[in-house]
Amino acid sequence: MNAVRLSLIRLWALLGKEFRQMLRDPRMRFFIIVPPLVQLVIFGYAATFDVRVADVAVVDEANIAASRELIDAVAATGHFRLTHVGDMDAAEHLLERSDVRAILRFPWDFDGTGQLQLIGDGSDSNSAQLVMGQLSATLRDHLLQNRQPPLELITRAWFNQNLEDRYYFVPGIMANVVLIATMILVAMTVVREREHGTLERLMVTPLAKLEFIVGKLIPVALIGLFDVILITLVAVYLFDVPFRGSFMALVAGTMLYLMSTLGMGLLISSYASTQQQAMLTAFFFLMPMVILSGFAFPIRNMPEWIQYVTYLDPLRYYLVVVRDLFLKGGGLASHPFQFGMMGLLGSSALGLSLFRLR
Amino acid sequence: MEAEERSSQASALIDARGLTRRFGDFVAVDGIDVTVGPGEVFGLLGANGAGKTTAIRMLCGTLAPTAGSIMVAGQDMARHARRARGQIGYVAQRFALYGDLTVRENLRLQAGLYGLAGGRSRERIQWALTHLALADVAERMAGMLPLGYQRRLALAAALLHEPKVLFLDEPTSGVDPMARQQFWELIYGLADSGIAILVTTHYMNEALFCDRIALMDAGRIVVEDDPAALAHRSLSTPILSLKSEGGGTLVQELRQWPEVLEMIPSAGQLRIRLRGGCDATALASRIRGLADESGVAPLKLEQVDPEFEDVVVAILEASQQERSA
Repeated sequence: MNAVRLSLIRLWALLGKEFRQMLRDPRMRFFIIVPPLVQLVIFGYAATFDVRVADVAVVDEANIAASRELIDAVAATGHFRLTHVGDMDAAEHLLERSDVRAILRFPWDFDGTGQLQLIGDGSDSNSAQLVMGQLSATLRDHLLQNRQPPLELITRAWFNQNLEDRYYFVPGIMANVVLIATMILVAMTVVREREHGTLERLMVTPLAKLEFIVGKLIPVALIGLFDVILITLVAVYLFDVPFRGSFMALVAGTMLYLMSTLGMGLLISSYASTQQQAMLTAFFFLMPMVILSGFAFPIRNMPEWIQYVTYLDPLRYYLVVVRDLFLKGGGLASHPFQFGMMGLLGSSALGLSLFRLR
Repeated sequence: MEAEERSSQASALIDARGLTRRFGDFVAVDGIDVTVGPGEVFGLLGANGAGKTTAIRMLCGTLAPTAGSIMVAGQDMARHARRARGQIGYVAQRFALYGDLTVRENLRLQAGLYGLAGGRSRERIQWALTHLALADVAERMAGMLPLGYQRRLALAAALLHEPKVLFLDEPTSGVDPMARQQFWELIYGLADSGIAILVTTHYMNEALFCDRIALMDAGRIVVEDDPAALAHRSLSTPILSLKSEGGGTLVQELRQWPEVLEMIPSAGQLRIRLRGGCDATALASRIRGLADESGVAPLKLEQVDPEFEDVVVAILEASQQERSA
């Protein structure tokens, strides 16, 4: 009983010190609040796969009712700004100078049937694909509607009707920000104590290793949780991203995820002897973790053996949980696999770092 | 006699036997015994790399010994490290408290780490602030304080839990002489209250403040004695003290002489240590002759008693010769 009381006194003293140091340091206050918001704004506004308005050169050699009708249909979507040019030479010139992203050509022998030509700028393959996809879909829809009898294809994207990329990115940012902030913070605060000689000084006191680790992790975990709530509020109220799931599930999922990020931070701190080393090691792990998580590139498109590697990436699971909670809904019981894997990876990372720091 | 020795060991607050630490092939500390009783100030003396810091780390329980046993205030460090640590106060060589916390916050943290809470904690912090003259700077950031204050804060932090044993690792390095004097007065006061104190230092004159010193070289204790007794040991290497004006050429010449071991400038004089077994009187007259020849005068030359430092140097030299032999 007395041992527990003493343990709590020691832990309380350490926690008081950690919070004081963190909140007193202006750089730390900045680190907790500004980067998450900056990332959120950048990704929320700037990062988008949507084609808002693309410049397209039109070469209408046929110049008949059918070709003009198709051109009008393309213009009517509002997604394309059309530049009419007299011949292919002029159109190619525009494409070479990147003034247009694609060329739409109606050959002189086009009579409503036959061939149409669509040329995209492959030097920017991603947007070429998007522009060409959208252009051909528009043309196809128009032709289907005008055939006898007419045929209409009704498409709908569930959970994100307008296919807003923001909806897709913002939950991902949250997962990234929490990973970066908590992993680096833990590694830095432990390594800083080692650098300043205060770690050895702490080890002379009756403070137990476990008390030390818990005292280090709790403040950072709370910061991680704070960032999650901050980003959720900004996403919902500023970016109008829906949040359809249960808030409790978000908190629970975040805690499981934090076990991994904190465990990795501790693990890094057990190898690094300077803060620079800790920082570099953290970034060495961060990049692959983000790339393999499915944040930007779908996991299903990766080579099979790499897909197996992604099972070791806690970000992969948290990303699914967060995206689903935002867009699809769900509660505590809706992601047993993801929760289980995060718990497993988290306890392994924490266990390993405990062993290492002995 | 034997019974008396045993009882003094039983009451010893620090009792380490055969303490050894290897790092790979390198033996940093090689089977030393350290015994310090209540109220005793024990000095561990030696050059950098002699093994002092490794020894003190093992005694504090932050480094596990390769061999040997450590008892601190009756607790076995190997078996009950946490209980033993509760009896220890430790002042590190460099400032190892938090510069971005105030003096009071640092003390509050240390009190908590030793399990002090509530009124008891406040009482001890107040005691430390008053007793170590820190009350005026209690709300200042520890990192902004002058070094002397930081040293006192480190000592205050080590004393909050009223330890029975105090370890001081180079506690006065970099502190000005006045502050150093004050610091030693504090240490004496603590010893009078019955604490066992182990201090490492490389200042020879500070070693004289200790009740007992152990001289370390290459991981071993080469001599252990009362510093006053040590200072009065007769040396086989006589010492001449030379005072001259414009004796540059004379010094150049003397350096060549096989009888001269070393020449140390000291307070306007030159202390000439001679090789063991030399006839100091005969050599002194030879030097006088040389001085007359080269016209260097006036000249004071006499054989002097060895100082503490001379004794320590001679002992270390003997130890090094033994090692290389």
